[in-house]
Amino acid sequence: MKQGDWVKVHPLVVRVCHWVNAFAVLMMITSGWQIYNASPLFGFVFPDAITLGGWLAGGIQWHFAAMWLLAANGLVYVAYGIVSGHFRRRLLPISPGAVFRDVANAFRGKLAHEDLTVYNAAQRAAYLALIVALCVLVASGLVIWKPVQLHWLGRFMGDYEGARLLHFFAMSAVALIVLVHVLMVVLVPRTFPSMFTGRVRRSA
Amino acid sequence: MKKMGERFLLHRTPKVANLERRLFLRQGLSVGALALLSGCAISDDESVQKALSAMSNWNDRVQGWLFDPSRLAPEFPESAITKPFPFNAYYGIDEVIDVDGGGYKLQLAGRIREKKPWTLPELYALPQVSQVTRHICVEGWSAIGKWSGVRFSDFLQRVGADLSAKYVGFNCADDYYSSIDMATALHPQTVLAFRYADELLPPKYGFPMKLRIPTKLGFKNPKHITEIFVSDTNPGGYWEDKGYNWFSGS
Repeated sequence: MKQGDWVKVHPLVVRVCHWVNAFAVLMMITSGWQIYNASPLFGFVFPDAITLGGWLAGGIQWHFAAMWLLAANGLVYVAYGIVSGHFRRRLLPISPGAVFRDVANAFRGKLAHEDLTVYNAAQRAAYLALIVALCVLVASGLVIWKPVQLHWLGRFMGDYEGARLLHFFAMSAVALIVLVHVLMVVLVPRTFPSMFTGRVRRSA
Repeated sequence: MKKMGERFLLHRTPKVANLERRLFLRQGLSVGALALLSGCAISDDESVQKALSAMSNWNDRVQGWLFDPSRLAPEFPESAITKPFPFNAYYGIDEVIDVDGGGYKLQLAGRIREKKPWTLPELYALPQVSQVTRHICVEGWSAIGKWSGVRFSDFLQRVGADLSAKYVGFNCADDYYSSIDMATALHPQTVLAFRYADELLPPKYGFPMKLRIPTKLGFKNPKHITEIFVSDTNPGGYWEDKGYNWFSGS
């Protein structure tokens, strides 16, 4: 393959799921902040300007509507990732040493992005962590929604109040990963159109 | 806990409610613009509101399917009881009404065979049960308390309620109203409670009676009940009609 050739990086399923997920997560997090503000777990509230729904009932309506989108899209993505081998090919193998090395490189501004067809170890760790954090969010969210019907699931996370804390921390993890992700796209802008077209031009 | 009660008031004064609804719609608009960006065209805020209401109705149905009529809410030892148990209503604690127990009669209406009103001594004479369960507020906080009273399914059977009807509705002395599905009304832990922590219900907790439902959020546990009716049309509720999800089951 010659330099300058167009190469495929993101399959259509991944691109569609990515944007649906981005929309659903944005709805879930901003409406979740609205719900949080009704009874804050910690000594702060989220500014009204970045919450969704106007008041508690609106926040809950958005949250419990967007959850279907998040869950349905997540199921399609995870099923595709496992069955097609996408996860195995793109996110594995991963080792703590490689992650540490790439994160250190990133802070020195030397993270390898020449070949966009391969995720570096820092990316693999971030994307895997995002998938895990979203799964934890869904599981803890289900326990908060149905603490009696899903009491068996709540037992793994300190029941209702434990699930509330876990839900908050998993949200924090997702928000942090998304923030870093968006920052990296700003720093390496040619990755952005590829999430629409699916292709990148192999650079020199 | 006290702080949360204060926040509740801050949010819910009727004057604020109208403003809140406007804010709700305005924010819907900005999200509509955002949705356009992702290619999902939402034309105006009214259609957003319609879609959200439709989803809330869909969630009522899903929760009805998920509800297992025999699955019990966890019960706790008395040492786990939250002290003091938080007060919560759509008004402040200074405005709690004082129902006259002597003249009180519980009215029955709708699809019930024996509609004779009940006095408090008659109700207290029925077999009583107790529970120590977690009360979960729609705001997110929770507290554990002990309630005692008549198992609601026993009461409904005793008065000849049509148990195949869909809804049980409640009207209250403080102008609050709410309604629940029949499956939840017949759940073994749904109790028409006359006592809190082994004492007669104080006014702030809903004298003379509160329907204690550990499988529903707190606002679905009406206090100061004056009338119980059975119906096939959904009677809605004070908060439900303002936008809270109707089923709101745990």
